[in-house]
Amino acid sequence: MNTLVCAKRVPDTATKIKIGGDSRTIDEAGIQWIINPYDEFAIEEALRLKEKAGKGEVTVLTIGPADAGQTIRSALAMGADKGIHLKDDAKNRDPSAIARAIARTVQEMAAKPDLILFGRQAVDDQSLTVGPMVATLLELPCVTDVVKLEMADGKATVSREIEGGHEIVEVDLPAVLSTNKGLNEPRYASLKGIMAAKKKPIETRDAAVPEDRVTVRKMDYPPERKGGRVVGTGVEAVPELVRLLREEAKAL
Amino acid sequence: MREFRGVDFYQIDALLSEEERMVRDTVREFVSDRVMPIIEECFREGRFPTHLVPAMAELGLFGANLKGYGCAGLSSVGYGLILQELERGDSGVRSAVSVQGSLCMWPIFTYGSEAQKERWLPRMARGEVIGCFGLTEPDHGSDPGGMETRAVRKGDRYVINGTKRWITNGTIADLAVVWAKLQPENKIRGFLVEKGTPGFSAPEIPRKWSLRASVTSDLILEDCEVPAGNLLPGVEGLKGPLGCLNNARFGIAWGAIGSMMATYEEAVEYAKHRVQFDRPIAGFQLTQAKFADMLTEITKAQLLALRLGRLKDAGQATPAQVSLAKRNNVYWALEMARMGRQVLGASGITDEYQAGRHMANIESVITYEGTHEIHTLVLGQEITGLSAFK
Amino acid sequence: MAAKVLAFCEQRGGQFKKAAFECASEAARLARALGGEAAAIVVGGPSLETAAAAVGAYGVPRALHVSGPAFETYNGDAYGLAVASVAKSEGAAVVLFTASAMGKDLAPRVAARLGTGLAADITGTRVDGGKVLFRRPVYAGKAYVEIDFATEPRVASLRPNNFDLEPRNDGAAASVEAAAVDVDPAKLRSRTKEVKAQAAAKADLTEAPIIVSGGRGMKGPENFVILEKLAGALPGAVVGASRAVVDAGWRPHADQVGQTGKTVSPNLYIACGISGAIQHLAGMRTSKCIVAVNKDPEAPIFKVADYGVVGDVFEVVPALQAEFEKALK
Repeated sequence: MNTLVCAKRVPDTATKIKIGGDSRTIDEAGIQWIINPYDEFAIEEALRLKEKAGKGEVTVLTIGPADAGQTIRSALAMGADKGIHLKDDAKNRDPSAIARAIARTVQEMAAKPDLILFGRQAVDDQSLTVGPMVATLLELPCVTDVVKLEMADGKATVSREIEGGHEIVEVDLPAVLSTNKGLNEPRYASLKGIMAAKKKPIETRDAAVPEDRVTVRKMDYPPERKGGRVVGTGVEAVPELVRLLREEAKAL
Repeated sequence: MREFRGVDFYQIDALLSEEERMVRDTVREFVSDRVMPIIEECFREGRFPTHLVPAMAELGLFGANLKGYGCAGLSSVGYGLILQELERGDSGVRSAVSVQGSLCMWPIFTYGSEAQKERWLPRMARGEVIGCFGLTEPDHGSDPGGMETRAVRKGDRYVINGTKRWITNGTIADLAVVWAKLQPENKIRGFLVEKGTPGFSAPEIPRKWSLRASVTSDLILEDCEVPAGNLLPGVEGLKGPLGCLNNARFGIAWGAIGSMMATYEEAVEYAKHRVQFDRPIAGFQLTQAKFADMLTEITKAQLLALRLGRLKDAGQATPAQVSLAKRNNVYWALEMARMGRQVLGASGITDEYQAGRHMANIESVITYEGTHEIHTLVLGQEITGLSAFK
Repeated sequence: MAAKVLAFCEQRGGQFKKAAFECASEAARLARALGGEAAAIVVGGPSLETAAAAVGAYGVPRALHVSGPAFETYNGDAYGLAVASVAKSEGAAVVLFTASAMGKDLAPRVAARLGTGLAADITGTRVDGGKVLFRRPVYAGKAYVEIDFATEPRVASLRPNNFDLEPRNDGAAASVEAAAVDVDPAKLRSRTKEVKAQAAAKADLTEAPIIVSGGRGMKGPENFVILEKLAGALPGAVVGASRAVVDAGWRPHADQVGQTGKTVSPNLYIACGISGAIQHLAGMRTSKCIVAVNKDPEAPIFKVADYGVVGDVFEVVPALQAEFEKALK
């Protein structure tokens, strides 16, 4: 069972976001970087599949600046076997360009993976785009938001989370899946794993990301919270409150 | 609870290797996820979270700085960082890990025969065997050399008689490393005593108000017979146990930093939100002065511990250097817990806040592994050449 | 050449989601702004022929209906092929989806097939010099970006509840055309076996999108049931508690919101009978929208709340529940 997991380096979700002087990108000073939490489910699942099959390799791929190597080493520390680091310094990359770069990388691989895993979304860009696009470009079947996975005879049976329920889908390998919270509990990188990661191979090269099709023109902050106000007294105020919540606050 | 971020005012992270940072981060996350949610209750109930032992073993926390035998083989700094993060959680939990690694696995690793190492170390690394260290006695704490526990050879066995007190993990330990004066040569030797051996019992010491989330016991040996193969062959004399303690003390110097970070962060967060006289108390001078002192002491402690760790890995750290770091860092951890409690005001006297628990715990940490006063005299002798111990 | 704005209108089992009509309304709006035409794409079983006409009420005059055995239940691979095929033959300039579970899965596939990019989960659009620009949240809504495209068509998925429904007085029923798309189900390499409806497991407080929280003003543990009922009317909502009621043993510690409880940041936080002590506020101040219901007009919570109702929780909360149930049907 050879798996390719695509993981992204993202700012820690608790980070205060400051927009940079160019009004297009964030100011990266003081940011703590982490592996995208959804990608950790993907890495964990890949490790479990390998352990169950008793053989196979887990390769972790990331696209990002030099520091993004840390993402790979964290995955190697969890137990992945090797890494591919495609170097790219650009910010606000078009997810479709990333998808094309990954698809091309897979096409160039001598031995193709049986399964390509993504986290359902990156917590910075939250576009939920790269996984399904890579699948489409590679003409591979794809299921997103996987919360349960069973593998048997070259087929994966997955449970996909939808509003108010689940879709059960059977997928022929090779395939692309994106993982959601609830699929598994990612393991901690053990101390031995951290020490062993140093010796695992990481292939590094320029990403040569294709042209962006979508560009960020500007970035700004959400509108300031207006001073609170009392909508009214008692039961009479309720319809107006609900109207405001729907139309003004868009909180429903 | 807010996610713990640590304190790093002087960019000490940049002085750590990437592995060391990863080690620190993985234990930090473990403590946040598994220790913090249950520690208040464990402390209140006087219970060690034994259910965490398998997870801690899987992480590789036991004997992390030993090489081989299923151990992680971390640098001393890596080992220190583990203990720092554990003690950010609780000193009692950290004590259990220190004892297992530095006081039980380390002497077997350093003074034991190959057969003993093979028999015990892998299982201890896996958390399948819990160890404890029997040196201190009811009447001999600071002067372990005066110990009364005796061992006598009897055919192919040794018969041990005596009592050890204040032994972390004692009651739950599968294996005790007991130091006794072997007769007739009257030399201190180490003996591996297995749980269940007739004449060996380890009752828990009740009524503690400190290290309540840790097991503290007496070890009672009454004509307790152990096989000759359970004698640690590689060392004679006080330098045996002292070698172990030197290791443990190093870890404690790091652990204290974790406690300081916890109490400092808690106090600052509280002060930012606590409003009196129409403003957050974080804006008042006396509170800010406390914080300035706290941050200074944390930073100093970090640099001390880091340099000591690097010296240790180069094989150059002396016991007096370890004494200086343990003495300083633990002293300030205790002070800081008190200062933190003060900032918290009345809220600080309930276990909803950590300062009181850290304060209670560090009273033990400043006492064990060499009291503050003993380390003072170690340094005094180092400086002057004159012993002031007796 | 009139710009074609297509809206994929999502349905399951013949029922259109409300958000599908938000999508249709936006397509109609953009078509008007661009001087073009809107059309809906509907994929699914034959019963949709009639249902699809409903998009007409929102100003979309045509519905393109793709049906066939491959499309009976949602399958991303099949739907991706179908929608891309229709968009291509229509020469669409803009293709819109709802950013629902289906839409988030489908939109990127369609965009990739059309050789274009995707603006996902958008909260607004702007037409500038004949171009449609898209606004979307990033970093969990801590910032927003405006997106432009270098390729055609412009594909976007719309965040539910962010685009107004715009029923048009002149909206006659849409004309429904069959759109032929050849997808052989036997060739598909994924198959949807089953769709299971399920009561959602109780979400963790720190992850719930909506929290209904109770304090001392609830007067007793037995009264929290009205908050639970209110939460039941709101999707994904869970019940939280202030420290006072946890200390009093009315609610478990796991439900406590506040400095020594959990820190939460839901989309909507409804504080009922909570005065708003600093320690509580510390745990929920970053909620996107805060509503307070309290008898005391001087309660500190009103200073932090976006919207407040001064009143008796025992009257207001049931009324709120009824109003939400009506609004979210």
